Formats: sequence, C-alpha cells, structure tokens
Amino acid sequence: MTTYVGSLHVTERRRYSLMDWVMTVDHKKIGILYIVTAFAFFLIGGIEAMLMRTQLAVSNNTFLNGELYNQIFTMHGTTMVFLAIMPLNVGFGNYIVPLMIGARDMAFPRLNAFSYWLFLFGGLFMYTSFVAGGAPNAGWFSYAPLTEAQFSPTHGMDYWVLGLQLIGIASLAGSVNFIVTILNMRAPGMNFNRLPLFVWMTLVTSFLLIFAFPSVTVAITLLFFDRQLGTNFYLAKMGGDPLLWQHLFWFFGHPEVYIMILPAMGIISEVLPTFARKPIFGYTFVAYSGVAIGFLGFTVWAHHMFAVGMPPIVNIAFSLSSMLIGVPTGVKIFNWIGTLWGGNLNLKTAMWFAIGFIAMFIIGGISGIFLAAPPVDFQITDTYFVVAHLHYVLFGGTILGLFAGFYYWIPKMTGRMLSEKLGMIHFWLVMTGFNLTFLPMHLLGFEGMPRRIYTYHDGMGWDIWNFIETIGVFTIALGVLVFLWNLWISLRAGEHAGNDPWDGATLEWKIPSPPASYNFAVIPVVHSRRPFWDEKYGGHDVTIPWHAEPSAGADGGEHHGRHFHMPSPSLYPAILAFGLLIVMFGLLYMKDLPALDPLPMNPLGIIAGVLVMAYAIAGWQGEVSAGK
Amino acid sequence: MPVSWRFLSRFSRPLVGVALVLGLSACTSDLPQTTLYPKGTSASLVHDLLQPIFWTAVAVFVIVEGLLVYSVARFRSRRDPKAIPFQLHGNTPLEIAWTIAPAIVLGIIFFLTVSTINAVGDLPKSANAINVRVIGHQWWWEFQYPDLKLVTASDMHIPAGQTVAYTLESVDVIHSFWVPQLGGKTDLIPGHINKGSFSADQPGEFFGQCAEFCGQQHAQMRFHVIADTAADFQAWVKNQQSLPPALAGKAKDGADLFAKIGCAGCHTIAGTNAIGLVGPNLTHFGSRNTIAAGVLANTPDNLRAWLRDPEKVKPGNDMSAFMTTTVKGWGASAGQNIDLLVEYLTSLK
Repeated sequence: MTTYVGSLHVTERRRYSLMDWVMTVDHKKIGILYIVTAFAFFLIGGIEAMLMRTQLAVSNNTFLNGELYNQIFTMHGTTMVFLAIMPLNVGFGNYIVPLMIGARDMAFPRLNAFSYWLFLFGGLFMYTSFVAGGAPNAGWFSYAPLTEAQFSPTHGMDYWVLGLQLIGIASLAGSVNFIVTILNMRAPGMNFNRLPLFVWMTLVTSFLLIFAFPSVTVAITLLFFDRQLGTNFYLAKMGGDPLLWQHLFWFFGHPEVYIMILPAMGIISEVLPTFARKPIFGYTFVAYSGVAIGFLGFTVWAHHMFAVGMPPIVNIAFSLSSMLIGVPTGVKIFNWIGTLWGGNLNLKTAMWFAIGFIAMFIIGGISGIFLAAPPVDFQITDTYFVVAHLHYVLFGGTILGLFAGFYYWIPKMTGRMLSEKLGMIHFWLVMTGFNLTFLPMHLLGFEGMPRRIYTYHDGMGWDIWNFIETIGVFTIALGVLVFLWNLWISLRAGEHAGNDPWDGATLEWKIPSPPASYNFAVIPVVHSRRPFWDEKYGGHDVTIPWHAEPSAGADGGEHHGRHFHMPSPSLYPAILAFGLLIVMFGLLYMKDLPALDPLPMNPLGIIAGVLVMAYAIAGWQGEVSAGK
Repeated sequence: MPVSWRFLSRFSRPLVGVALVLGLSACTSDLPQTTLYPKGTSASLVHDLLQPIFWTAVAVFVIVEGLLVYSVARFRSRRDPKAIPFQLHGNTPLEIAWTIAPAIVLGIIFFLTVSTINAVGDLPKSANAINVRVIGHQWWWEFQYPDLKLVTASDMHIPAGQTVAYTLESVDVIHSFWVPQLGGKTDLIPGHINKGSFSADQPGEFFGQCAEFCGQQHAQMRFHVIADTAADFQAWVKNQQSLPPALAGKAKDGADLFAKIGCAGCHTIAGTNAIGLVGPNLTHFGSRNTIAAGVLANTPDNLRAWLRDPEKVKPGNDMSAFMTTTVKGWGASAGQNIDLLVEYLTSLK
C-alpha cells in the first residue's frame, strides 16, 4: 500500500526514469505514453503517404514497384486507423476524461497500463513484418480471398491478423475501462446532463467499440483458421463465401469511422465554447446527436458494398440509412456554428484547428452523400473520390480536431504554452497542403482513376492533378515538422501555462498544470455544466463552492482529507502484454506456410508465452490481494 | 428519371464540367476514363442523377461554409479578448429546424436515387442483346461470347447501339468490371455470378479497368471496350470464329516452337493442339490492340520485350518463371527463337 501525502500547492516536477514510465498506472502518464507512441506511428504513416505520393507524382513512375507500393498503402491505412488515430483518441481520453469528471484515475489503472502495452506491442508486431519476409499487402480492408494463403503466401497477412488481435484486446479493455470510469467515477453532482461533451463522445465511442470490434475479431480469427489450419470460410471453391468477410469487416468498419471521429468531435465541442467564451449551443442536441450517430452507425455498413451485386432493394435500404446518418451529423455542424455565433472569438491556434475541422468536415459530409446514392456510387466507389472523401473526414475532421486538442491541452499536460506564432504557421501549412492533396482527388475519381493503383499510364488526363497532390503532401509534412519544432522549443522554454491559460470552463483547468498524480486533493462537487466557469463568473446554478480546503475537513466523506489511496506502480501489466506478444509470435511461426496441412505444429512459442502470462497474472493478483 | 432533369442535365453538363475541371482540359478524348462524359445509356442515367446531387451539394457547401466564414469574421475578438458575450445556451425551435432541413434535402436526394435505381432496372431487356461472359483473372480479362462461340481477351468488341448483357465471374480473387463512359462498376466475386448490362451510343473505343484491389498488378488489369458499327461487328465476329490461316516460313517455325516448348500448357489456339485454359486464348492474338491486359501496345517490338522478360513488363505475372527458364535454356539462340514466336503470334490476326 502506498499512501501519497497530498501536497496541495506544489506541482510534482521531477524527471521520471524509464522504469517510472514502464511501471506507471497513472492515467496521465499512460495518456502521454499513448499520445507519444500514436504520434510516432502517425509520423510513420505520414512517411508512407509521402512514399506513395512520390510514386504517383508522375505517370509510369518506377520509384516503387507494385509489391512494395501495395505493402505501403496497406500499412498506411492500418497504421493511421489502428496505430495513430484510435490511440491518439484514447490518449487524450486517458489524460482528460478523469480530470473532466473529477476522478483521481481510471477505474482500472492496471488494466489501463495493460491496454497501452498491448497497443504498443501490437503496432511493433505488425511492423516486424517488414523485416520478416514482407508486410501485409491486401489493404487495410484485407478482402478475402486475396488474403488467403494461396494468394498471399508470405507471413505478412498473419502479422496483420495477429497484430490486430493484440490491438483489439487493447481497445476492448480500454473501452471497458472508459465506460466504467465514466459511469462510476464521476464526482458528486456530475450527472449526465453536466458531463463535458468530450466525455460524452468518449463514452459513446467506447460502446461503439465494444459492439463493433468483436465482428472484425471473428473475421480475422476465421481468416487465421483458413490460412493456418486449412479451413475454408472465405474460399468459394470449397463452399465458403468471400462476402462473409466483407459483411463482418464492414459491420466493424463503418462504426469504426465514428469511433475515430466522435472523440475529435468531442474535442472541438470543448475548444469552440472555450475560445468563443460562451457555452456550447444546444448541449443536448450535440450530446444526443452523438448517440444517434452511434446507433445509426451500425445500420449503414453495406454502403461499402453497393457494387458487390446485392439486390436493388438492399442497396436502397442501406442508401436510406446512410443518408439518415447525415442528419445528426448536420445537426452537429449547425450547433458548432451556433456556438461561434455571437461569441467573442479568441482565434488561438486551437480555435483555428477546430474551425478548420468544421470547414473540412462539411466537405467530407457532403461528398458522403454522393457515395450514399448507389447509382453514383457505382461510378465513384473504389476511385480517388473515396480517397478524398475519407481523408476529408479522417484528416480534415479527426486529425485537425486532434491538433486542436494538442494546442488546447498540452499546456495542461506539460505546464508550458506552445508558440502561437509557430502554431499559426503549422495550421496554414497543414490546411493548404491538405486541400492541395485531397481536393483534386474528387475530380480524379470522376475522371476514372481507381484507388490502390501503383502506376497509371500517361494520356489519362490524371497527370497534373497527381503532381499537385504530391506537392500537397509535402506541404502537410512541412506543417507537421513545424509542429514538432514547436513542441521541441516550447516544452523547453515555452511560457508557463499556469492552471487556466484559456479561461476554461471544465474541471481540468482548476488544478495545476501538469496536475499532481492524484489530480484532485479534494474530489470536487459539481453543480453545473461549466463548474469552473461558473465558479469564476458566478453562473446561475452555482450555489456552493466545491473547492473546500482538505485540511478543514468540512465536507467529511471518505474522499476528503490529506491521505488517500492511489494504486502502486506495477510491472505486471507490461509483462502480461509481453506474454501475449510471445503467444502471437508462437502462433505465427507454429508452422510454415502454405498451410495446406494443419500438421505438424510447433507449439513451443505459444507455451512459452502462456507461461509468461501465467507469471504476470499471478503477480498481478498478488498485488491486488495485498491491497496495493 | 423525370424528363425535366434530363433537360436540365443537357444544359448544365458543360457547367459541371467547367466547375469540376476548373477550366482545364475537359475534352473527352483527353479523359478516356471519365464518368463526366457518358457515352452509354446506363452511364447517362447515373450522370442525370449526379446533376441534382452535385448542385444540391454546391448549394449546401456555399450556405454552410458561408455561415462558418461569416461567423468567424463577424464575431472574432476585436477589442477585449476577455469580454464575456451573451451566454446563449441554445434555441430549441432553431435546432429542430436545422434537424428537419437536412432531412428534407436528403429525402429529396433519396427519392431521386430510388427513381434512378428503378430506371436502371427498367431499361428495356432487348431480345437481341449480345451476351458476354466476363471472367476476371489475376491480372487480365477474358471475354466469352457463348452465343457466338468465341473467346477473346483484353479487347471486348460490342455492336454500338445494342444492349450488351454481361455476366461477371472470377477464377481467383475479387475484381471489379468498370467502363466509366458506359456504366458503373460491378464486382466479380468467386462463387457468385453477377449480372449487368450497358450499351454504347456511338461507335468508339472506351477504356476499362479493374476497380477492386486484386493483388500485385491490380494497376495493370486494364481492358478496352470497342464499340463497332453493326457491319464491323459482324466482320469481327466472323473473323474471330474462323480458324487461323495456314502458315508458312518463319511463322510456321514459330508455331512449331510454340508447341514444342509447352506454351500450350496454358494457352489455347483454335485449330491447334494448344488447349490450355490458364492464360488468355491466343487464337486471334494479332487482332488485339494491347499485350498483357492493356500494359503495352500490340507491336512486334513490344511483344518481343514481353516474351524475353515478362517479369520486367508486369512483375508477378504467371508467365514470368516459365519464360525466364525457357530463355535461359535457349542461350545464344534466344533472340532468334523469340523472333520466331513473334512472327507466329502476330500472324494470328
């Protein structure tokens, strides 16, 4: 048992050792680990994008060959979805959600650490494939039967499948943790009608993930059986069906889009009111439209499959649900504009990124309507129009929203302000580069350029736009470099942030930057949607202060007082994740491909991994029993 | 589709072209794979639906982005960044209004979409439709005309103005059949037989390309649809149904070599012992426009390069290993032997 003595007025400012990070169960440190790791993967995915665009800059180019290009676009999609955007959302959620709801940590701190290590190992595991015989090469959507052993005989697809299993377990555990945290650990008075919108969206996202991810888990498990054990789930000649994969994958894949964008919508729903200096317009509409998007998100998956030859009535049904989901999405956009309307807009970098999100997401939403109409979709699906559409949603939307989150919360996380001047250079470079890259892709789609082609002939009328797009991607890269430079200098010599640099409304701005390990010396009592704002400016529904001095002990109750219980650092979550990693290597190399004969198998790796896991679980349980 | 949209589409088409192409080259011959200048019934119906969706999208874009830009410009902090504006929490009637407004717009688009789906379904099923069986291979296209008893690859000849009813099958992975100027795409899925139809308004050559990622050479799985006049089509059919002419000289030697080294294991040439089904049917190879599914123009020089080193032209193709071994085995006489094969294959008009 470790008892921290709450030192209320001193921010912890010490250098952490490597082991502090490896053993940490503090949601803030884990959040930072998530953010740093995911941002590193974001950079890798970006380098892959630059390689692809270099290849496509001119027609008949030979910079990359087909095989390598296919591996790179597969890993670009996989990396950005599973290793960059999702964990960045989780990272911000980890750091900010407990602060926003007035909690001292996540509900399950060790499980939280376990999720992080699994995500890290899953990502590294997938990237091992590049040096172990070739990366996966069937796209992030990995349509069977191209992924079967006979068409993809390297271990690349196995790395993809097993890596995704690791990431899936991490995501599911993380989602359970968020849900329990948000349902059970809210400070007194923080009811659902007062929950910050970022917390709302994290909650909806976590539920989406729990219902969606098992579908792809099933899909990849069946694929693994096909590849390694000789089953035929997706092989038509043996009675299987390739379309089974598509239904299972997109039943996950479409909610996944909302899993990626809802947290970013939550971020800008915090940023816009703060810098407009007024409350979000229509809190209830914004919160419940997020819930509506979550539900509807499960009814639209087959719009990815309009061209597979489904009967017209099925296409019409999925067209209807896809257009329907445009309604709550439109509502959000209008509510955000309503938030700006009549405000006193402080146009800081975070605000610009939030505005950029709205501006670009409008385009991504509109292009989605084109794709929701099956006859139009027959022409532009699997073309560059779709590439444009998805990047306006996931880059123009999510990534810009995450950058807004960086500029907004880094002062809280580090105690230092980022440079506004570099921030504006960063913003305009990224916006310019983004539109140079992706706007012409709409046109290229209509001009018949298919996706996922590593080369194209001259004389197709595509050359000029492709060249402009390549210039665009390097402009984005320049913008990201400016951001890194900004981080580098600002975290060393940036202005001190103080507790509340933006005059914020939510609880995290009440405490020091960075917060103490226990977050709140005294668990706050919440009386309104904007507890800190109302404390500062006297909102109508604030009746009593919630920041009583702990030593006074006036509030009573078990959370109050100088001594409180925080979980001890533990190495077992990392060891358990490492054991699972060994199991995955064991599964991968239990036999050599091709997998026509299920035997003989070599189970040594699996057994070794299971032993490590058993050791970790025993140790973990020992700590729990000892009450640490 | 309502006639009025047809009408509107006629005069707005150039506008869309201009709007989308931003004044740059919009000439259809510069854009052989464009969807914006449809040349067939099916593609035109889609294009007619695209018009109202496009203009609605433009209107929504202008209004919403306009509101956003106006709010930022109008309400940006000018004097006191600390000043606290009126704390408005929302306006329920307004919010209900902007929930209903997009719903109405989307309802209209949905209605038009369903109309188009029905119109495509109601296209006259002409009794004299040409039936084509399209078979996808990694990475080339096979076209069988069951009624006409002929098989070809890479070039799909059709008679202009006549409905072409095609079935889509795949022997390996998923592909997608797409001729943008004639109609939308449909996938070729192992274990499924999909159907579709299109027709070309005028004679001409239309570019097609595989639109579903199908492996290493997905980018080079191209084909051409050649719409002939009725007379030209009949002539083409007659030629394709005929057996290759009797051979003499170098072409004859080439034919012997073709049989000797085992090309027949994969290729069919009617009237000979070559009956392989793995690669394209070569019976009238000389009459085709391209080699290796649209990668190279069908000239003797290109054919020579392709036979000498297929891996260099199209990495990963099924003929690479065979030709590498064969060419190596020939040693110094490789050039001479390849010339013989070229002579033979180009004679197969």
